[in-house]
Amino acid sequence: MITKAQNEAAAATASQTPAVKIIGVGGAGINLMELMLKNGLPGADFAAVDTDARALAACRATKQILLETPLLRGLGTGGDPERGRALAEEQFPKLKSLFEGTDMAFVLAGLGGGAGTGIGPVAARAAKEAGALVLGFVAMPFDCEGHRRQRVAQHGLAQFKAAADGAICLPNQKVFKLIDENTSVLETFKIINNFLAAGVHGVWRLLRHQGLIEIHFTELAALIQDRHAESTLAIAEAMGPTRSREVMDKLLAHPMLDGGQLLGESEAVLVSVTGGADLTMAEVNRVMEQINRQCERAQVIMGAAIDEAFKDRLAITLVAARKHPEREAIAGPPGSREEPGQQLLPPLTEGRTGSRFVPPAPELPLEQVEQLLARQRGGGLRQRKSASRMRQAQLPLEIVSKGRFDKSEPTIHKGEDLDVPTYIRQGVPLN
Amino acid sequence: MFSGSSIIVGLEVGTSKVCAVVGDLAADGGLNIVGLGQACSRGVRKGEIADVALAEEDVRCAIVEAEKMADVEIRSVYLGVTGGHLRGFNNRGVYPVASADREITKDDVQDVIRNAKAINLPAENHVLHAIRQHFIVDGQDGITDPVGMLSSRLEVDVHVVHGNRNRLQNAIRTVKGLQLEVDDIVFNGLAASLALLTSEQKELGSLVIDIGGGTADYVVCANGIIKHTGVLAVGGDHVSNDLAYGLKVSLSRAEQLKIEHGSSFVEPGDKGQTFTLPNEHGLAHKTVNLEHLRRVMSLRLEEIFQLIGQDLEQAGVLDYLRAGVFLCGGGAHIPQITRLAEQVLQMPATLGQTNSISGLKSALNQPEFATAIGLVKFGSFTQRKRGGKSSLTGGLKNTFGQLFRRP
Repeated sequence: MITKAQNEAAAATASQTPAVKIIGVGGAGINLMELMLKNGLPGADFAAVDTDARALAACRATKQILLETPLLRGLGTGGDPERGRALAEEQFPKLKSLFEGTDMAFVLAGLGGGAGTGIGPVAARAAKEAGALVLGFVAMPFDCEGHRRQRVAQHGLAQFKAAADGAICLPNQKVFKLIDENTSVLETFKIINNFLAAGVHGVWRLLRHQGLIEIHFTELAALIQDRHAESTLAIAEAMGPTRSREVMDKLLAHPMLDGGQLLGESEAVLVSVTGGADLTMAEVNRVMEQINRQCERAQVIMGAAIDEAFKDRLAITLVAARKHPEREAIAGPPGSREEPGQQLLPPLTEGRTGSRFVPPAPELPLEQVEQLLARQRGGGLRQRKSASRMRQAQLPLEIVSKGRFDKSEPTIHKGEDLDVPTYIRQGVPLN
Repeated sequence: MFSGSSIIVGLEVGTSKVCAVVGDLAADGGLNIVGLGQACSRGVRKGEIADVALAEEDVRCAIVEAEKMADVEIRSVYLGVTGGHLRGFNNRGVYPVASADREITKDDVQDVIRNAKAINLPAENHVLHAIRQHFIVDGQDGITDPVGMLSSRLEVDVHVVHGNRNRLQNAIRTVKGLQLEVDDIVFNGLAASLALLTSEQKELGSLVIDIGGGTADYVVCANGIIKHTGVLAVGGDHVSNDLAYGLKVSLSRAEQLKIEHGSSFVEPGDKGQTFTLPNEHGLAHKTVNLEHLRRVMSLRLEEIFQLIGQDLEQAGVLDYLRAGVFLCGGGAHIPQITRLAEQVLQMPATLGQTNSISGLKSALNQPEFATAIGLVKFGSFTQRKRGGKSSLTGGLKNTFGQLFRRP
């Protein structure tokens, strides 16, 4: 272990507030951590773990751990998570010592490669064994990075979840909604990093700051642990006297939330409202009322915190977790291996119309089944779209008879059917 | 129909009622209403004929009643039309004045108007009205009569109201099936504005909203000309339908509730108030919450005004309306409707008065007759013009009627 400065950590442990360690694992994780280090998180301690000596040398983290054996010659794991894992297991005591005296650890990693996927879960386990609460922030690879990386990443995510108290994963693919045709690769990664960093920051704020309404770490972990398949993160900020309304408008217009539609599909939503000392309960209430209305099916956990630096500002960090039946089946523990055969056919709930006849699953060797599965889950974006289309198909539950106008030509005004009673379209409840 | 006839009939085949008004055009140009016939309408939805047989029957009833009352035989009518397919827009015609002395002649005026009326529309569309607005002489706007002025370039704006030819024909065919002539077809909103507005109000700028059973027709007059017209295919029927759905009562009961208990606002006193509906044996049958009733109703009415307001804002005519809103049609009977219109559109609102016509005063001064009376008035303008008195009053010229006149 190379120790650059320990006074910061000492200061953190000395104070009453819990000692937080943010550790970046692998290239992507370190990049992200670097960014957060630059932005500054008061009271947090940073550390980096990697197999690449050069990457570590460029890093400014206070603590660094270089995992290597002579075989690797300081060049990294070569994209093999098994190699990364073996290395980490070998140096487990070293990792564990890194987390000594830490109350809370955030493990940042990019999944799909060798270091992040392999070392990340081990680091999380080390932190847990050292007595810290562990939260993983992982970035899933782009769809274009190939099926193999996707599969590796899914596997890594499963291990992460098993090792850490909670894992929040953010598919890089979603960033496509934030960028346009002309955004360069460099910029894209910058955006991703900024985005993730803001997310980590938001959660950190949520857990660390003195809250009007506090969220306990265990609550957060329970929320994301079992039902969680993939998360979406959205952050909005506003200033001025109408900030509570503005911030909601911004949040609902956030590209990651599909114009608020995603909220309705979420299983669990975590909301952190942060404001200055002038944050009023009425504002918190207004924001939460709107969010609750948006996501009726979800379990909503909220926190409101005061940050002195937030003068006249209001920020909302929202983590929406959604169940993804297909992905969960894949990421499930190896014990449930008999099932994938059935998963090959699209589940009936997918809402694909067609014949009722469903042929039995083809009998294939396990490897082939896995290959097919990998191909099926290849188009993540497409799947998401079909999933949302499926929800559209459920709408008949709410179909409103048009009574007198059933047979006449509908009056469509800007896409709204004016024949449907106004109070229904505006969602005004009677009773 | 013999030339010089002084009987003019306006027929409005509306969604909730069919109304025929008989006017007597005196030799001195005064218009006197002498007869009125009404019948409940059953064959019309959203202002358009949905069931020809039923509509024919209802029109016959109304015509017969009007004939009896006025003691005349009705041979031809001015027919009011509406429907969601009607659109209004402004078009400009340009004409270079060619004469050597650059003086604008009557022929030049005719030519520029003809140019303005040459509109590129899909084949299935028919131009209902092309109403002259102001002339522009060498870029100088707001000229009503350019004859005799000097200029090199004459322009004119026209307001064009057009609609789907087949759907307009449906209404005409229904009336013709009763052996009645159609002198002309007129957009209902335009007729209502003719009936309600004085020339001063037209000059100041006013909005006429005719809230009928199936549609809300609206017309904006400003600076003495028609600026904008539109149809929103939402009306009193929608209110009843919303109530039937929201309160879970039959449509006819909803209609009755609307008339007896409806209001444009939910008053603070309505909260928690209920009343019971008796069934056929006179026993209490169902409890209706007054607050819900009025909430459903006020939301719908508010939306109607909002949509109209949005359209006017888009057309950029909202700022011309200094005289405010004039409401007519059956919807104008709803209590407090003017207050709601004032609140939504942010301008003074009043119920329109058809005071520019004499005869049968008390019976006719009801907002739902405005359109039919306006049709008669429209007829009188056309008749006067045809009678050789060349007046440009109203500037309403329409040749469509000629297509339907038998030789």
